[in-house]
Amino acid sequence: MKILPTILGTALILLAVTTVLPVAKAEETITLMSHDSFNISKEVIEIFEKENNVTVRFLKAGDAGAALIQAILSKKNPLADVFFGVDNSFMSRALDAEIFVPYASPLLSNIPNHLKLDKLNRLLPVDYGDVCLNYDKAWFKKHTLAPPKELSDLIKPEYKGLTVVENPATSSPGMAFLLATIGRFGKDGYLNFWTELRQNNVLVANGWEDAYYGHFTSASKGDRPIVVSYGSSPAAAIYYSEKTLSEAPTAAVIGDGSAFRQIEFIGILKGTDKPELAKKLVDFMLDIPFQEDIPLQMFVYPANSKANLPELFTNHAVVAEKPVIVTPTAIEKNRNKWIEEWTNTVLR
Amino acid sequence: MRNGRIQFSVNFLKTNFGSNRWLLLSLPLLFLALFYFYPLIKIVFMSFAPEGVWEPERLRQLISSDNYFRVLRFTFWQATLSTLLTLALALPGAYIFAHFNFPGKNMLQALMTVPFVLPTVVTAAAFRALLGSGGLVNSWLITALDLSIPPIRIDQTVAFFLLAHIFYNYSLVLRIVAGYWSSLDPDIREAAGMLGASPWQTFKKITLPLLVPAITSAAVLVFIFCFTSFGVILILGGPGYATIEVEIYRQAVQFFNLPMAAALSLIQILINFLLMWLHARIGSKNRVGFFSTAIGGTPKKVKGFLQKSFLLANLLFMVILLLAPLSALLLRSFIGEHGFTLAYYSSLFTTHSRSVFFVPPINAVLNSVGFGLAAMCIAVTLGLFASTYLASAKGRSVPFWDAVIMLPLATSAVTLGFGYIITLNTPPLNLRDSLALVPIAHGLVAFPFVVRCILPGIRQIPQTLKEAATLLGSSPLQVWRYIDLPLTSRPIMVGAIFAFSISMGEFGASSFVTRPHTPTMPVAIFRFLSQPGDLNYGQAMAMSTILMLVTASGFWLLGRIADNR
Repeated sequence: MKILPTILGTALILLAVTTVLPVAKAEETITLMSHDSFNISKEVIEIFEKENNVTVRFLKAGDAGAALIQAILSKKNPLADVFFGVDNSFMSRALDAEIFVPYASPLLSNIPNHLKLDKLNRLLPVDYGDVCLNYDKAWFKKHTLAPPKELSDLIKPEYKGLTVVENPATSSPGMAFLLATIGRFGKDGYLNFWTELRQNNVLVANGWEDAYYGHFTSASKGDRPIVVSYGSSPAAAIYYSEKTLSEAPTAAVIGDGSAFRQIEFIGILKGTDKPELAKKLVDFMLDIPFQEDIPLQMFVYPANSKANLPELFTNHAVVAEKPVIVTPTAIEKNRNKWIEEWTNTVLR
Repeated sequence: MRNGRIQFSVNFLKTNFGSNRWLLLSLPLLFLALFYFYPLIKIVFMSFAPEGVWEPERLRQLISSDNYFRVLRFTFWQATLSTLLTLALALPGAYIFAHFNFPGKNMLQALMTVPFVLPTVVTAAAFRALLGSGGLVNSWLITALDLSIPPIRIDQTVAFFLLAHIFYNYSLVLRIVAGYWSSLDPDIREAAGMLGASPWQTFKKITLPLLVPAITSAAVLVFIFCFTSFGVILILGGPGYATIEVEIYRQAVQFFNLPMAAALSLIQILINFLLMWLHARIGSKNRVGFFSTAIGGTPKKVKGFLQKSFLLANLLFMVILLLAPLSALLLRSFIGEHGFTLAYYSSLFTTHSRSVFFVPPINAVLNSVGFGLAAMCIAVTLGLFASTYLASAKGRSVPFWDAVIMLPLATSAVTLGFGYIITLNTPPLNLRDSLALVPIAHGLVAFPFVVRCILPGIRQIPQTLKEAATLLGSSPLQVWRYIDLPLTSRPIMVGAIFAFSISMGEFGASSFVTRPHTPTMPVAIFRFLSQPGDLNYGQAMAMSTILMLVTASGFWLLGRIADNR
C-alpha cells in the first residue's frame, strides 16, 4: 500500500505547481475569449504583445453556441475583455443580450460593407467562409457520375444515398446548411426539398467531425461521397495531407444560391476594465498581420480586403459569388421553429 | 501550521467511532457544497428567472409536447438495457478474474481499462474501422460470400450504442465484482459442497447473495453512466436518438432555452437520486460478513476441460469486444492512403504548426497525467472519508447521504459547467478559468466512482475484528490504518484507477472553460479532428494510440506493484 501515498504526494505537488505557476507571472494581461476553433500564429500575437507590453490570455469555451452563452451568463462579471467568434446565425442573440460595447474601429474602412451587419459596430466582422457541399472527386470519376452543381441536384434519383449532412440542432455547419436551403427554396419550399432529400436516403450526422471523418468517402472509409463542409475544405485537405498533392481530392459546390455565408465577428465585452487596450486588440485583429494569418490557421477568409491570400487559397479554396442571405434577426426569430420543422420532416 | 493540521486530523479520527463520526462526512460535504450544490443551485435559479422574473411560458412545451416524455422513456430504456447486458457479459469474466491465474492476466486487465479513457469520436472510429460499411469485417464478408453491398450496417442503430456502452463499462463491472469476489471466504463454498450442494446450488444460494453488494454497486454506476450518456448517443446513435443529457445540451446551447435545460437537469437529477437512495437503502440493510482472512484469496491454476473451455470462451469474448476495436485503431494509425506509414507519428513530433496553442504531444501526455493524478487524489481522499462514514454510521440518514454523494455523476455537465461560470468568479474562489478547476471538476465526477468501489469492501469487514482490536487497545486511527486500509487496499486501487481514467478521458467535463495552452490528450485529438485532411485524421489516430499506450502501461505498472506488495 506504499504506492498510494507516493502517488497522492506527487499529485498534490503537481496540483500545487499547476495552480501556482500561472499566478507567478504578474504583468498586465488582456483576455480573449473564443470558441474552440480559434487559432493564431505565435509570432503574430507576439507582435501585439511586444507593441503594448502585455500578455494575451486565451480562453476557449466550447463550440460557438456554448462559448456565446457563457459570455452572456457571465455578463455581470465578464470572463474576458474581448470575445472572438460570434457568427451571423448567433448575432441577434448576442446583441439582444447587450454584452458588447460599440467600437467604430478605423480599420472598418477596409472591410466590405456586405460583411458589416451591425450598424452600431458592437460586433465587427473579422472573417467569413461559405458552408456548402463538398464532394469526393475520385468517387464521381470512378462511378462516371456528374458531380453535383447545386442543391437541387441532391434529390435526383442517381444521387440516392450519396449525401451526409449535419443535424442543425447540434451542429453549426448543419444549421448554416439548413439556412442555405431556406434561402434557396424559400420559407415555404424548403421543407419539400428536405422531404425529397429524405426520400433520397440522406444521412444525418450530429456533428461535422462525425459527418466528415465518419461517413465521407474521401476522409475515411465512409460510404457517402457528398458532405456538408466549407468552401475552403479542399484547400485544407491539401494543406493537411500526408503526401504533397497538386490537386485537391475534394471539391466545393458554390453555384449561385447553394452556399450559406458564415461571417464571424469580434467585439469588446461590456464591463472590461481595459477598454483602451481592448480597442487596440480589436484593431490588431482587423489589421493585416492577423488577417493574413487567418486563412492557414482557421481555414476561413479574412474580412479585411487589403489582406493578401496565401497561394493555397487562391488556387484551391473558393468563395460563392451569390451566397444565400438570411438576416440575423430572421434567424434568431425563427431558429426554434425551423429546427423543429426540419426535425419533424427529416428525422421523425 | 502543518503539524497542527496533522494533529487535528489525528484527534478527529480518534473520535471517529464516537458521536462525532459525522465529521468524517464533513470534508466530502464541504467539497460538494462548494463545487456542486452552490453552482448548481445558482444556475438553476438564474435559469428559471434570468432577470429575476419567473418565465413559466418557456416551460410550457415540457408538458404540452410528448417529445420530452419520449426522451425520458428512451433514456430509461437504453440505460436499463445497457446495464443488464453489461452485467450479463461481465459477470462470467469477473468469475475467471477472481478465481484463476493465467498468463497475461495483468496485461489484459490493464488493456481492459483503456476504453474508459477513449473519447467517443475515437471509439466510433475504432468500431467503424472494424464493423463500418468499409470496415474489416464487411470487406472480408463481401469477398468471402461474394456480396455486392456490405452485409453489416451498424451505423446509427441501437445495437451500435449498446455495443459502445458495453465496451465502455465492461471493465468497470468486471473489476468491481472480481475484486470483491476474490475476497469472499472460499471455506463457505467448500462447506456447502461437503454438505451435498451442487456447484450451481452453491452459486445460487450462497455466492450470488454474497455478491449482491458488489454487483449492485457496479450496476448503479453503469446505469447512471448510461443514463447520462451524451457523446455515445450523439455520435453512434445519430440524430434519431436523444437522451435527456443530449436534450439539455440542445435546449441550452442551440435554443438558448435555459429554463427548459434547467428543468430537464432537475428531472435527471431527481430520477437518479431516487434510484440511488433506493439502492442505498437496500444496500445498507444487506450486510453479511463472510470475509476471507487470506486477503485477496488465492487464485488457482486452471484445471480440467470444463474450466479451460470456460476460461477460453471468456477470454475470446474479451479479445473480440475490447481488443479488436483497439487493434483496428492501432492499425489505422500506421496505415495511410498508400499503405504502411510512420508519417502520422513523425508529424506529431515535427509538425509545421505555428499556432500559439501548439504544444508538443509529450506535453499533452504530461498534462493529462498531471490532471489525472490530481483528480485521483481528490477523489480517493474524499471517497475514503465518505466510505468510512457510510460503512460505520447507522440510521435512516445513511442511505440519504449515500445517494447525495452520487449526485455529481448524475448531473448534466453543461448545466454544472455554466454554474461554475456564474459562481466561482470572485476571490477566494475565483476558479472559473483557473487550471485548478480541471482536477476539481474531474475529481467531483470521479469521487462517486471511488465510493462505489470502496464501500462494498469496507462494509464486509467483520465488526468483531475491529472490536477485538479496540479491546486490545488500538485507537480508532490504528484500527483504520491496520485493519480497514489493508483489507480494502484492492478496492481502493480499483477506485483510484477509475478516478484516474475518468480524468484522462475527461468525459462529462467537456463544457468547462479551458486554458488552451495546457491541452490534454483528448483535447489534442479533438483539435486534429476539427480540420479536413488525411494528416489530421492520421495524427488523431496516432494520438489516440499514444493515449491507449500511456493508460495501459500505467495500469499494468500499477497492477504489478499491487501484486508484488
